[in-house]
Amino acid sequence: MSVRQSLLAILNQGPCYGYQLRAEFDRRTGSTWPLNVGQIYNTLDRLERDGLVQKATAEIDSEGGEAHNTVEITDAGRLEVAHWLDSPVVRTTATRDELAIKLAIAVTLPGVDIAHVIQVQRTATFRTLQELTRTKNATDDPESSEQLAWLLVVDSLIFAAEAEARWLDHCENRLARALAAGTAAPLPLSTDVPKRGRPAKARA
Amino acid sequence: MTGPGLQIDADLLLRLDGVSMQYGRGETAVTALAGVDLQVSRGELVAVMGASGSGKSTLLTVAGGLTPPTAGEVIVEGHWLSQLSARELAVLRRRSLGFVFQDFNLIPSLTALENVSLPLELDGWTSKKAHRPAMDALRVVELGDRAQHYPADLSGGQQQRVAIARAVVGGRSLILADEPTGALDSTTGELVLRMLRSRVDAGAGGILVTHDARHAAWADRIVFLRDGRIVDESRASAVSSLLGGLPR
Repeated sequence: MSVRQSLLAILNQGPCYGYQLRAEFDRRTGSTWPLNVGQIYNTLDRLERDGLVQKATAEIDSEGGEAHNTVEITDAGRLEVAHWLDSPVVRTTATRDELAIKLAIAVTLPGVDIAHVIQVQRTATFRTLQELTRTKNATDDPESSEQLAWLLVVDSLIFAAEAEARWLDHCENRLARALAAGTAAPLPLSTDVPKRGRPAKARA
Repeated sequence: MTGPGLQIDADLLLRLDGVSMQYGRGETAVTALAGVDLQVSRGELVAVMGASGSGKSTLLTVAGGLTPPTAGEVIVEGHWLSQLSARELAVLRRRSLGFVFQDFNLIPSLTALENVSLPLELDGWTSKKAHRPAMDALRVVELGDRAQHYPADLSGGQQQRVAIARAVVGGRSLILADEPTGALDSTTGELVLRMLRSRVDAGAGGILVTHDARHAAWADRIVFLRDGRIVDESRASAVSSLLGGLPR
């Protein structure tokens, strides 16, 4: 999971405490996927359980004199970071995609104007693409590694939206061919019902 | 700024009213545009998207006065094109409209500066007088130091930036771009779009015909054409809520 590895990679630069890790993660990812502190501490607990981090000496805040419980990376943690950076991100299962599910279900239902569903979605996808592009255009060439990291995240979202728009075009063409071939009929409920299911409540 | 029964806003650069275009007659007639209404104002870039044969390029040639529509009106900066003589139309095209094409259309035997000066010289300017605004336009697209280069000595992206300079030189306000990034790689295409966008932000207006969604997204509005009709429109309203704050 990338949050776990990301926090570990940040800790590879030096000991940190929870809020500090959250701020570091945010500034390196354009605050696009904000983490809550509870999530950070849960992740740190699991990293400690797995021997990848350990508690460090409590650090005194230079301003308020407040003590923070810091953690530091272990040698095993450093190896884990190196392995993460050296390995591809492999998707072992198809991500559950809200839009793909919606179109897949819609195409099996009677009385649904699927071409309209696609067109409405395409307009929304393009709006997202325009807004992301407008956001990106507000910056010139990156002047810091924080800005560079942010631009990479924006580009990733732009390419994902573009892929969605192209996929919608493809769906539209596939639908047209299926309609012409007469293979786009709605799917009635199957009579071959599963044997197991939640039992009906007994009548009082 | 008036025409037959219609008042035009001073910021309105282009207006298509019920524009239709049909090629051929009878059973073999092909309808390329069917009752298109479209407006482009100063400071606005409108992208036109659609499948091949949807009418995108026809829309651009009709908007640019290169072909008269079979029905409807085209109004450029308050001028009803149907009311103009061929000579008046040619003058309007030279003074108000700038075209940018996929294959740049620069004249190979002229330098970048001479290519950009050409529309002004055709309009009666002397070379000497035309070179100053042409040089200004080249500087805007960051090619001031390439003014004496010939097209063959420039990269594809640089040639397209010369074409953009030529399209806006002398204060021409409506840019009509047909797949301007089609022959460029992704990063160079983005640079060309940034230039086009900045010209529009500086007060021009434009139509960008493209099949590339990422490039269309540089526009303020995207209209979708199908079978010669505008079937939908996407309008950018704000910066994206998908992102966190811009890093300082």
